[in-house]
Amino acid sequence: MTNNILVLLDVSADGSLAPSSHELLGAAESLGTPVALLVGYSEHRNALAQAAADAGATKVLLADGDDGAYVVPVVDALAAAFELTKPDAVLAAHSDLSKEAVARLAVRVGCAVNVDAVNVTRDSEGVVAHHSAYGGAYTVASSATFGAPVITVRQGSIEARAGKQPLASEALTVASSNRKSATISSVTIADAPTTSRPELRGAKKVVSGGRGLGSAEKFELVEELADALGAAVGASRAAVDAGFVPQSFQVGQTGVQVSPNLYIALGISGAIQHKAGMQTSQTIIAINKDETAPIFEIADYGIVGDVFIVVPQLIAALKR
Amino acid sequence: MKIVVLVKEVPDTWGERLLDLETGLADRVSSERVIDEIVERGLEFAISFAEQNDGTEVIALSMASEEATGTLRKALAMGADRGVLIVDEALHGADITLTAQVLAAALEHIGFDLIVSGDQSTDGAGGVVPSAVAELLDIPQLPRLATVDLNEKEVTGAHVTDRITLSLSAPLPAMMSVSERFAEPRFPNFKGIMAAKKKPFEVLGIAELGKDISVLDRPRSIMTEIAGKPPRESGVKVIADENSGRDLAEFLKKNQLI
Ligand SMILES: Cc1cc2nc3c(=O)[nH]c(=O)nc-3n(C[C@H](O)[C@H](O)[C@H](O)COP(=O)(O)OP(=O)(O)OC[C@H]3O[C@@H](n4cnc5c(N)ncnc54)[C@H](O)[C@@H]3O)c2cc1C
Ligand SMILES: Nc1ncnc2c1ncn2[C@@H]1O[C@H](COP(=O)(O)O)[C@@H](O)[C@H]1O
Repeated sequence: MTNNILVLLDVSADGSLAPSSHELLGAAESLGTPVALLVGYSEHRNALAQAAADAGATKVLLADGDDGAYVVPVVDALAAAFELTKPDAVLAAHSDLSKEAVARLAVRVGCAVNVDAVNVTRDSEGVVAHHSAYGGAYTVASSATFGAPVITVRQGSIEARAGKQPLASEALTVASSNRKSATISSVTIADAPTTSRPELRGAKKVVSGGRGLGSAEKFELVEELADALGAAVGASRAAVDAGFVPQSFQVGQTGVQVSPNLYIALGISGAIQHKAGMQTSQTIIAINKDETAPIFEIADYGIVGDVFIVVPQLIAALKR
Repeated sequence: MKIVVLVKEVPDTWGERLLDLETGLADRVSSERVIDEIVERGLEFAISFAEQNDGTEVIALSMASEEATGTLRKALAMGADRGVLIVDEALHGADITLTAQVLAAALEHIGFDLIVSGDQSTDGAGGVVPSAVAELLDIPQLPRLATVDLNEKEVTGAHVTDRITLSLSAPLPAMMSVSERFAEPRFPNFKGIMAAKKKPFEVLGIAELGKDISVLDRPRSIMTEIAGKPPRESGVKVIADENSGRDLAEFLKKNQLI
């Protein structure tokens, strides 16, 4: 094999291949030959390997994990896979676990790291990562001075998908580095959401609520509108801080960065840090009772009004 | 106990943040520089722990430019015992791995029981420098905690992702990073600001860390292109009436958004 692109795959809470796998393998195919690495999840291994092949992996390397040790076993597996495949680039999701794993790989084996890419391309000098900086105010390209770059990809940012491949899996022999890791003493998995609402990352439509919703109970209005539109639910940091929704709903600079076709902001003032996570949306709608709210500066369609009056009207009109 | 907080100076998110279109680096002249808010939460955690546990020393460590001295004094005014700033010509525009190598060398130089960092910074938003430092130092790391429990021997905490919560623990020496779930930072009071003036503050170059680190040692990430996007413009703004919901539904339909 030549032009290998080593792709670290994530697994979702329910044991299925993470949605990011499809875009990572799609991106990898545009650069070379996608070789996937799966670490752990031995009970789901065959299904995961098949899913990875279906998503475009020409080869799937399977390594044992260690349920009791955080991240280091993944880095050890990555180091073994790196040695075996001698890739032109390493791709991973910009997810909590994967970004840490590949950053550690980079310092261990000596690679340059480019994080949070929204696209990857190849030119005559090698693989290039493209980023969206300061909330989309700048586009930036980066590459490695030499050697294979390690690149993390912002989840939900790449459209490319790879063609299905026949399953070719291989057990990877991993030598333990014996490096010190934190111990995982317990794992708690929250119940799967009962709705079929899309994931916030990479969603085509997002409805977000802010402090203006007033309480967790009243935040249901945001969910109701989201469901009427088939949209994902987001929130401002103030809404998260107030306990209306979990942290994973936060849109903004320090939350999820979204770029949907439609973004509806309800009871959100539009602080600069919130805008940094959504201002690249195609169409922005804002409903806020304060006509001076900064969110109106970037809204394509703004309604100065009470969300508790306007949103029920909108839901009724949508159902008609 | 010796707690070192990794303090990153960033352009203030409340202001306009500009990148220099020639160098790709942050435009230091136009943007005000501050300690990143997430790091202040880390400082708050370390300082409160020190207040309740005698014999705890809190050290603020940063790699930045010489001008960061003023910004970093705020960490001392909040209550950190001393500051260490690594400044070196060779570090101008340092990437993730170079930053991590320098911070790791500085941490070895200073010594530590616990390293506290932010989970991700507001300028780079990489959130990987701490992991790279932990790898270089070969210490356990508890990333992005929502809660933490610290004693002389051990640190434990909850790492929360979308649907999964991991309980993590490690014996000291170890590293942890705080998330926005941590308490908001205190404001330095007058007494703190006066006291900060007398606290030790060292500025060191790479050579003084006793390590030979150079940008040429390893492959590095370099910016090859940069472009600014025009700011977004606003569209229509209407005052709500009884037809607003219907009108908005029509707007969505007309623009094929539903
Ligand atoms: C370093 C840093 C990082 C940050 N990161 C983020 C981030 O990632 N995401 C984020 O969102 N914020 C972030 N923030 C916080 C940000 O500065 C704001 O505090 C936050 O976005 C405010 O949320 P909000 O708009 O819901 O609340 P507010 O600013 O309080 O606005 C509430 C709005 O609701 C309106 N309202 C009230 N009642 C109604 C009603 N019945 N109908 C209609 N409108 C109503 C009000 O007019 C008001 O405009 C960050 C801040 C810092 C310093
Ligand atoms: N130059 C630096 N000096 C000190 N600490 C840093 C530096 N860069 C990153 N850090 C620490 O690493 C955390 C995450 O930063 P980043 O990986 O850049 O998103 C920050 O919140 C800091 O605690």
